[in-house]
Amino acid sequence: MRTVHAVVMGASAGGLVALRFILERLRPDFGPPIYIVQHIAPGSGGTLVDALSGHGPLPVVEAEDKIVPTPGTVYLAPPDYHLQVEPEGHLSLCLDERVRFARPSIDVLFCTAADALCPNLAGVLLTGANDDGARGLCRIHARGGFTLVQDPATAHARAMPEAALALCPDHLVQDLEGIAATLNTLALP
Amino acid sequence: MTHGSHRPQPEIIELRLLLEAIYQAYGYDFRHYSLAHLKRRVEQRLALSGFTSISHLQHELLHNPELLPVLLQDLSINVSEMFRDPSFYHAVRRQVLPILETYPSIRIWHAGCAAGQEAYSMAILLHEAGLLERSHLFVTDFNPRLVELAQEGRYPLSALKKYTANYQASGGTEFFAEYYTVVGQHAHMAPFLRHRMVFSEHNLATDGVFGEMHLIVCRNVLIYFDSQLQNRVVGLFRDSLCAGGFLCLGAKETLRFSEHAAAFEPVVQRERIYRKRREEVP
Repeated sequence: MRTVHAVVMGASAGGLVALRFILERLRPDFGPPIYIVQHIAPGSGGTLVDALSGHGPLPVVEAEDKIVPTPGTVYLAPPDYHLQVEPEGHLSLCLDERVRFARPSIDVLFCTAADALCPNLAGVLLTGANDDGARGLCRIHARGGFTLVQDPATAHARAMPEAALALCPDHLVQDLEGIAATLNTLALP
Repeated sequence: MTHGSHRPQPEIIELRLLLEAIYQAYGYDFRHYSLAHLKRRVEQRLALSGFTSISHLQHELLHNPELLPVLLQDLSINVSEMFRDPSFYHAVRRQVLPILETYPSIRIWHAGCAAGQEAYSMAILLHEAGLLERSHLFVTDFNPRLVELAQEGRYPLSALKKYTANYQASGGTEFFAEYYTVVGQHAHMAPFLRHRMVFSEHNLATDGVFGEMHLIVCRNVLIYFDSQLQNRVVGLFRDSLCAGGFLCLGAKETLRFSEHAAAFEPVVQRERIYRKRREEVP
């Protein structure tokens, strides 16, 4: 049985509902920290934390620069900042240009996490109407990490999961129920 | 949890070696920058240049100094805008300038100036408060090209719509277009905004204390550094400020985790405006 040291998740259009669905189904003793990029309009403030807090057993906080992640905690990329995982395992923020129109960018989170944590990393790409995350998920897969894509047929917007599968067909494809169950297995103590 | 306890990936090792090579060959010290960020920038350079690996780039850089300015530009923090985070400038107008006004002359340091956007923003605030003529703005960056760009004060017209909206949201009531002249596809900032500015190279990673400042503005620079370098730089700022001097950081930067936190007190916490205490709290 493989275990992971962290989980990265990316979502865009329709992502809030999908993220809530998954977070509500995670085990209370879920061990790895979870890092999430959800595309959101700049200037939306702390609303994303509010929108996901209380959904499921894990605490949800906004990621801060240079913090060492706490196990079993959900970290959200702040609006208008890229979220990165440093090779030493802590988180950092950056204000570089948008990547394919997105800041935060799912690719930035996934690629830096792949560099820092693979193979002990799981990447999850959910619903969305663009192709962010495809290259990052591909890198996680190439480095031996565990990759999951929401079944496009069940996604609110299918473009993002489809783009990931077009680039790399080897990701595990599941509906949200299946993704939550798989994550719970990967997080077994 | 055993984050990072496993062997680093080969590319991370190559990146660390590249940074060591740059330092030993040219004296620019990126060894305590955020590696995740540097790696993305270096990957972009690899994609553009056709070098096959970071090691290949390192080899070329060591034997071809002409590559250095290109790489310095890649590794610089050059994303900025005028009046970025308008609420910050609003707070400066309301809560910092009235105190600076009590000094006969005002010394301000913009550390890590990018292309000068924030320095010109500050000059506009000072002008509107009637303080520009008794102010000195020290505008620095480690990258000589950025210092040149800051001196030129020339921004693409495409950015001006955002700058104007930011200016207005910061409480600006003048006609923003009065502050620049359009030449071709660029806006040239008015020369009177620049005549109180002194431009120079200064590297926060390796250089020392900078004058008795009343205000230091260093926004969205510290996030690109690791904790060790952040501590060095905040210490440098503490030693460069007069008692009661102000330090302004970026919206997601905080002194909370700094070794030097006790030397400062928050003035406007939300906007990351701090003030050096007259006496350090033990």
